[in-house]
Amino acid sequence: MQFSILMIVLLALSSLAFYMGKKRAFQVAQGKIRKLHSLPTYYGLYTAIWCGIPALIIFALWIAFEPAIITNLVVANLPQEIVSVGPDRLNLVINDIKNLVDGNITTGDVSPELQAAANHYQELKRTSHIALSIVVLCLAIGAAAFTLTRIKAHQRARNAVEGFLTGLLIFCSSIAILTTLGIVLSVLFESIRFFQDIPVTDFLFGLEWSPQTAIREDQVGSSGAFGAVPLFAGTMLISLIAMIVAVPIGLLSAIYLSEFAGSGFRSVAKPLLEILAGIPTVVYGFFAALIVAPAIRDAGGIIGLDVASESALAAGLVMGIMIIPFVSSLSDDVINAVPQSLRDGAYGLGATQAETIRKVIFPAALPGIVGGVLLAVSRAIGETMIVVMAAGLSANLTANPLEAVTTVTVQIVTLLTGDQEFDSTKTLAAFALGLMLFVTTLVLNVIALHVVRKYREQYE
Amino acid sequence: MSKANNMNTASGNKPRTIDIVRAGLAKRKASERRFKLYGKIAIGLGLLFLLLLFGSIAGNGYTAFVQTYVKLDVHIDADRIDPAGNRDPKELSRADYGGLVKASLREMFPEVNSRREKRQLYRLASTGASYQIREMVLADPDLIGQKLSLWVPADDEIDMLMKGHIDRKSAEDDRRVKDNQIAWVDRLVSEERIEKRFNTIFFTAGDSRDPELSGIWGAAAGSFFTLIVTLLLSFPIGVAAAVYLEEFAPRNKFTDIIEVNINNLAAVPSIVFGLLGLAVFINFFGMPRSAPIVGGLVLTLMTLPTIIIASRAALKSVPPSIREAALGIGASPMQAMIYHVLPLAMPGMLTGTIIGMAQALGESAPLLMIGMVAFIVDIPQGAFDPSTVLPVQIYLWADSPERAFVERTSAAIMVLLAFLITMNALAVMLRKRFERRW
Repeated sequence: MQFSILMIVLLALSSLAFYMGKKRAFQVAQGKIRKLHSLPTYYGLYTAIWCGIPALIIFALWIAFEPAIITNLVVANLPQEIVSVGPDRLNLVINDIKNLVDGNITTGDVSPELQAAANHYQELKRTSHIALSIVVLCLAIGAAAFTLTRIKAHQRARNAVEGFLTGLLIFCSSIAILTTLGIVLSVLFESIRFFQDIPVTDFLFGLEWSPQTAIREDQVGSSGAFGAVPLFAGTMLISLIAMIVAVPIGLLSAIYLSEFAGSGFRSVAKPLLEILAGIPTVVYGFFAALIVAPAIRDAGGIIGLDVASESALAAGLVMGIMIIPFVSSLSDDVINAVPQSLRDGAYGLGATQAETIRKVIFPAALPGIVGGVLLAVSRAIGETMIVVMAAGLSANLTANPLEAVTTVTVQIVTLLTGDQEFDSTKTLAAFALGLMLFVTTLVLNVIALHVVRKYREQYE
Repeated sequence: MSKANNMNTASGNKPRTIDIVRAGLAKRKASERRFKLYGKIAIGLGLLFLLLLFGSIAGNGYTAFVQTYVKLDVHIDADRIDPAGNRDPKELSRADYGGLVKASLREMFPEVNSRREKRQLYRLASTGASYQIREMVLADPDLIGQKLSLWVPADDEIDMLMKGHIDRKSAEDDRRVKDNQIAWVDRLVSEERIEKRFNTIFFTAGDSRDPELSGIWGAAAGSFFTLIVTLLLSFPIGVAAAVYLEEFAPRNKFTDIIEVNINNLAAVPSIVFGLLGLAVFINFFGMPRSAPIVGGLVLTLMTLPTIIIASRAALKSVPPSIREAALGIGASPMQAMIYHVLPLAMPGMLTGTIIGMAQALGESAPLLMIGMVAFIVDIPQGAFDPSTVLPVQIYLWADSPERAFVERTSAAIMVLLAFLITMNALAVMLRKRFERRW
């Protein structure tokens, strides 16, 4: 709570600095703005930036490093017999101290040493917060005052402010790079740790997936097998079913809407189909699990087929429905990009509309359509909620769409929801699966974008 | 052509081209019609799926907007809840209000004697009835000793019975509501002591294990805080990135990398962003689990590409003459940008942002990773409180076995879809209202 007050004070100081800077600029120019290099507002902004930004940076750094430093100080002060228990136990002790500080429940009885350490921690924290407030406020006021005294008529205040803004813009744009970097590093590091336990070949080519690891050595069936082939096969099976549904329907509706339909019909049907794209995936998951899956099971029962209640067919079918608008809008784009002259040429030779589409437009648009389908496949592979709700949990290696299969995303969710240690092989396995997912979709996307772009250039 | 005809006649029985064309025409026309039919079938299927989806959800969910209430005559027995008689709030809040409800039910059906039947009788009213009485008594201790006539929510199974979701004709062992309970309910109906009312609990309560006491308000508040964080971060960052890339960036390796990154991030599966949030925000920076602040950060990273791409399109559509005019009268490039181009591009950017927010509102997979999937009863009061969001609430309820949760899940979906439709309609309106053709 104290931090938010500090932030508000800092904000107030900055606005004050803005007005002071502006006023000071007028003073320096003796009321004649013409004498100034920049508009007075820029002098105000210049002062405000110097007042707020360095203080803010210190503030952020302080908060980032404070817990680590305080913890080290507290650990250094702990009695020798507690410190010497080894790093794992020490972590538990530190957690207990923090819980004591926050007033939470601790794991064991509170010994006087722990209580003392907690008090010490609290003491340090209070001191640190007071010091932080003083440092930040002094810095803000000092920098503002210094900048104020330095304001001169010929100072290039606008250029300085605009330079700062440009820096800010560059920083905002590079967040995209930071995000990618963050994804790659976070998945990669955990995966490397996973592959230290489980060899890469076992993971990539192993046929058995049962991620529960033993709590006791002598437990039955708890060895923990991390062969991901059943997951890849399940993901492929469900994606294949989805594509069998989505590609014909999406493609044919795109062709009909762009080549045959009248403008009235198009203006109604197209937005209606696009609604499908805006529906949250959790809704599709609910639809698949509670309506489609039972319906398929009952229909299978009538004709004497034994259908699992979490069949791959149900999940794939609904995922296909979700992807229809995706395929259809991408195909629509590429079909419209085919030049009119090709159509006119075909009509001039006496081809019917359908023949023109089949023999001229479709082959011309094929690379773009393939690119679109690849994007759709990558979408299907990464789709989570539908399969979490409608596909199974047990890893079956099967090609039968009526059986239950599990997918990569389902396993990531099951491994990471619920309480477990962050370092266990199970959670690390989730990150290894995430790495596979990221790499696969990335490759698919790069190929697809390349194909689509190449194709566009061909006709532009 | 005439030459060809001559040659045809010269060779005698060789058919003319026009005849070949005519002979094949019927077949070709049929194939044309077939092709058109395929297209129509495809669109029909798409629309049918849409109809099925909405129809099944609305059909399952509309009953959740009403809830069955039972009228109880409760005697707030002073001996039972305040034996000491000193009206101590601490003791009052701990007293046995469930006993009062049970007593009133027994009074209504004095013929019920056996233990088993009594237990079934007690299940007519929701466990929430005792909380309701407790709140009333705590608010007004003068009620102690009085006899009140109260409408309390009925148990979810009774609610299902009243709504016709339980088949009375099926064998008794197959139903959750037993024959004697049905008889009691019928008697209550004839005495007009049971009725369906608008379900305010659904819109004002947080999550609960009892379907009749659970509501979406907690999840809606969580969604609200998450979206606020997302909006506050993603709109300025997205606009700034778009402005830089579209207006100021030099063509070099660095900008190329940024562009490739943005395009790829737009297609990265959302669950991978969840992994990033878990590894970086929660484990590395030690931020709280299940908090909207972390959810908002993750969704910011996820929606940024959408907003950046839309904002760039909006900036691109502002004609260069505007910039040139501003530069011509002495504005710096930055000034031309801020005072002239940005205001004109703003409607397009806002449209893109609203669409990105709608995406973020419907997203659930990355939030599962960062622990917003917990069972949370309390309504979150800020961005640091543990909370869940609407789509995750739907996911949690869809997993619950009770029949009553099915209709509540559907109703929650309807609420979520209503929000999404409103947001998208707003985006369309904004585009229609402010779109300018130059």
